[in-house]
Formats: sequence, structure tokens, C-alpha cells
Amino acid sequence: MTTTTPAIETRELRKVFGSQVAVRSLSLHVPRGQIFGFLGPNGAGKSTSIKMLLGLVRPTAGTAFVLGAPVGDVDIRRRIGFLPEDFRFYEWLTATELVRLHGRLCGMSAARLRTRVGEVLDMVGLAPHRHRTLRGFSKGMLQRIGLAQALVHEPDLIFLDEPTSGLDPMGRRMVRDLLRAERERGATVFLNSHLLSEIEVTCDHVAFIKDGEVVANRDLATAWQDEVRVVVHAHHVSDGAMAGLVQWASAPRLEGDQLQFSVATEDVLPDVVRHLVGAGADVFRVTPEHISLEEVFVTLVGEDRGL
Amino acid sequence: MNGIWIMAGVTLREAVRRKILWTALIAGALLLAVFAVAMHLQVVEFQGRAMSPFVRYQVEAGMLMIGLYTCDLLAVVLTILTSIDTLAGEISSGTIQAIATKPIARWQILVGKYLGFVGMIVAYVAVTFGATIWVAHATTGVLPLHPVRGLVLIVFECVLALALTFLFGTWFSTLTNGVLVLGLQGVAFMGGWLEQVSGFSQSVHIVTLGIASSLVMPGESLWRRAAYEMQTPLAGSLSFSPFANVSIPSLVAVAYAGIYLAVALGIAIYHFQRRDL
Repeated sequence: MTTTTPAIETRELRKVFGSQVAVRSLSLHVPRGQIFGFLGPNGAGKSTSIKMLLGLVRPTAGTAFVLGAPVGDVDIRRRIGFLPEDFRFYEWLTATELVRLHGRLCGMSAARLRTRVGEVLDMVGLAPHRHRTLRGFSKGMLQRIGLAQALVHEPDLIFLDEPTSGLDPMGRRMVRDLLRAERERGATVFLNSHLLSEIEVTCDHVAFIKDGEVVANRDLATAWQDEVRVVVHAHHVSDGAMAGLVQWASAPRLEGDQLQFSVATEDVLPDVVRHLVGAGADVFRVTPEHISLEEVFVTLVGEDRGL
Repeated sequence: MNGIWIMAGVTLREAVRRKILWTALIAGALLLAVFAVAMHLQVVEFQGRAMSPFVRYQVEAGMLMIGLYTCDLLAVVLTILTSIDTLAGEISSGTIQAIATKPIARWQILVGKYLGFVGMIVAYVAVTFGATIWVAHATTGVLPLHPVRGLVLIVFECVLALALTFLFGTWFSTLTNGVLVLGLQGVAFMGGWLEQVSGFSQSVHIVTLGIASSLVMPGESLWRRAAYEMQTPLAGSLSFSPFANVSIPSLVAVAYAGIYLAVALGIAIYHFQRRDL
């Protein structure tokens, strides 16, 4: 089990509840050290997939490995952290007691916990509430304490199911900074979220899931250099000019004075403009537009048809 | 194994911090007060009468059995009410997910929780039984014949009901779990009475029905065995009531209850290990 082993590797993972197929055939490859986004519409099988990877739900078919061990392996969980959606726990425990309990369940020593509990409560912004019981906690505070229990044992792989759904903008920023710090430490983060903007600014890579299958993968770390859509306002664009565009651009389309195409990177735009002008076109305006994750999402999974 | 003790500890702490244990203790204290007053009144009443010490002792021992029977009922009800939610509730709310993803096997979670409740039950039974016996002894000088055997059997009856709330809790919701276990307690109660009646009626069918009911849920036969161990030898022939026995459950019945508990807990563990959470 080396660090080159993928954090998560699944092959045709499937889950059927009665006659309902929750996850059709999930094949995933998550390398180490990434913040990996898992995106999909409601009912796409995201939560069931996470539960299978954590050993909470037994797969009907297929194989899955986390940190090199088959799912369901009890010992490997020492290196895994998990924040469930809508985290709830014994409300009679204080914040300190809750984090200490989870640390102990992860096999941490009492001596290590003495310093670590305060540290992790500080990280999630709950240090002033360390002696309060969960009974009086707001939804956002419960998310924060849930995050603390997921991170207390410094896991190598962290699963987060909708970690920011109950948080205000400051809380969301705190989670983003925390996840980046975890990545710096070398951890892999598997983030299940429906908040596209969160995924866009936080994740290195995103997998789109639809009907229990991965329909696309996208590398967000380099996304700003690729998939740039360009809108050009020009007159006299000849067929030859259009044909020549394919060396830089994909899917060129001309409608009246408006020419649209996609390029791999903005760096090629001067060459494109030179080509168009050289081929006799009068270029008035060139506007590069980055394709947002939301557009990719809608294109891939389709418009909301109602559930 | 460490995980088991962590879970047992947190379960015990939960019992102490929740109101239900303290409510049950207050209920026990109130009943004890009523019991103490009743014993005192009986002593005063006897002082005005010429009565053989032997008969007097038998009556007072009978009253002690009433007190102990009340403690037994309270302990069983407390066991069921505190434990019906522990697995069923945590599964339905998703609370269990944060624990079941820790490096601890599911059977350890279940056994740890079970042992936590056993700890609570032992403490509760020891306090309420001890206090009842102390009150009876202080007012009348009466003592149960084999108090430790009785206490062990009553704890046994409670942990048997506990095994059932755990078993059904891995399958059903909190409410269904409660209905099922209380329903089975009802069957056990009826079985106990039918077996008692059979001591008089000699009807083979009633005996069979009584035994069948006690096989479905052997809890009540443990109380009747406990009563037999604690009462004076003569008490059984004096009256016909749940506090004294006409038909005494054999040690085979006690052994059956042990097997019943082990099987219920075994199925609970097996199902909890395999089910989706």
C-alpha cells in the first residue's frame, strides 16, 4: 500500500434496492492528494456511492478499493474521515466530548487528544463553544462540529457529503480554506456537493454522475486554460477562413456576423485573429468566455425535468 | 476490544445524562415510600393482635414480595423504554453513520451498547432491590431467602428484554420495536398466569398454552423463578398470585431463557453486521 495507490478505485460498482437501481455502474479513479468533486443531480446516486465507499451500504456488484484496501475493511477506516450530510449526534455531549469520543474511536491516545481536540475545534471556529452541549447548536455549528470529528485523527482520505449546506458565507470560506490545508498536508478530499460554485473554486477535479454512472470527468486545475468559448464579431468571413480555423478551434459556427468556436487555450487567440484577417475578414470584436461548471453540468446531465 | 468499552462507556453516560433513568429512580423512590408506609402500618396493626410469629413472618415476607415484584416491573419497563431507540433511532436519524465509519466493527458497536445498558440495569436493580429489602428488614426484620439469586434472575429478565429491543431495533423503527417488545412481554405475562392456573385446573391444554407462551417469551418465568428463590418455603402454598408460585419454573426453563437471549443477540449482531445503514 504505497502513496501511489489511488485514494479511491472502483469498477462497475452497482447498488440495487429492491427493484430500484440506485447506482448503475460506477467506475471511479481518484488519485492521492486531490480535492475531488462529485457532482450530479438529485437522485443520481451520489450519497449511495459514498456510503458504499465507506462500507455503510453493501454493493450489489462490482469492486471498490479505498487507500488500497477493499471497502468494508475496518482497519483502513483509521485513515478515513467522514462528514455525513446533516450531521447529527448525541445532543447531550459537549463539543469537546464529541470530538474526544470520535478521536478515541479512531484509536488516538489520550495524550494526543488533549492537544488535538482544542486544535481541531479552533480550526472549525468552535473554540468559544467547546464546553456547550450540542443541544443548543445551530445547523451551521453542527456542520462545523461534524467537520471537526471528521478531521480529528488527521485522516489520509476525507469524505464530505454536502459540507457547506448549512453554513453562511464565512463558514463556507472556512471550509474551503480547511480543505485546501488538508490537501497541503497530503490528504485526499472527496467532496459531494450540489453547490457548483463551491466545487468550481475548491476542487482540482470533478466527476459528473448521472443515473449512477460517471458521465464525464473534468480537470478543474487546468480548466481555465482549456474549454474557452470565443465569440467573434466579424464581416466577410469566407468558407476558407472557417475551414482554416480547425487547426486551433473546435466546433466553429457562423451565424450572420457572429462567429463562435472553442479553443484549447486563450494563448492561440492572436494566431486565430491573424488567420481571420489574413483570410479577408474584418474583425470588430473578440470575446473569450470561460465555460462555467454550471453550463457543463447542464449540458451533461440535461435540464431539470422535474423529479 | 477497546471499541466495545468506548461504546459501553458512552451508552452508560447517555443513560445517566438523560432524564429517563432519573425519572425511573424517582418513581422507584416514591413506590419505596409507599411500601415503607404499608410495612409500617402492617407492623402497627400486628402489634394490636395476638399472632404467632411464624404466621406474622409469612405475611410480612409476602408483602416484601409485592415490593420486589413492583421493582421488577419497573426495571423491565425502564429497560425497554431506554433501549428501544438506541439502534432504531440512530439508524433512522443517521447518527450511527458517524460511528459505523470509524475503525470499529459493527458487532463491537452493538455489543458495547448492550453492555452499557446492562451496566445501567445492574445499577438500577441493585439500588431499588437493595432499598426495598432494607426497608422491609428495617421495619419488620424480614429477609428474602436467596436475595442474590433473585437479583441475578431479575437482571437476567431485564437483559433478555434488552436483547429483544436490540434484535428488533436492527430491523424496525423505534415505535414498532416498542410495540413488538411490549407485546411479547404481554405474551410472557399471560404464559406465566396460564402456568399458574394449570396448577389448579389440571387442564393439559392450558398447561400446553402456558408453556408455549413462555417459550415465545420466557421473561416472566425468570421472575417466577426469582420469586421462588426469594420467598419463604411456605409462601408458595399460602396464596395464588404473581408474588408466589404454584408452578415453579425449572432450571431447564432458566437455561432455555439463556439460549433464547444468546440466539436473539446473535441474530441481532448478524443482521446489524450485514444491513445497509
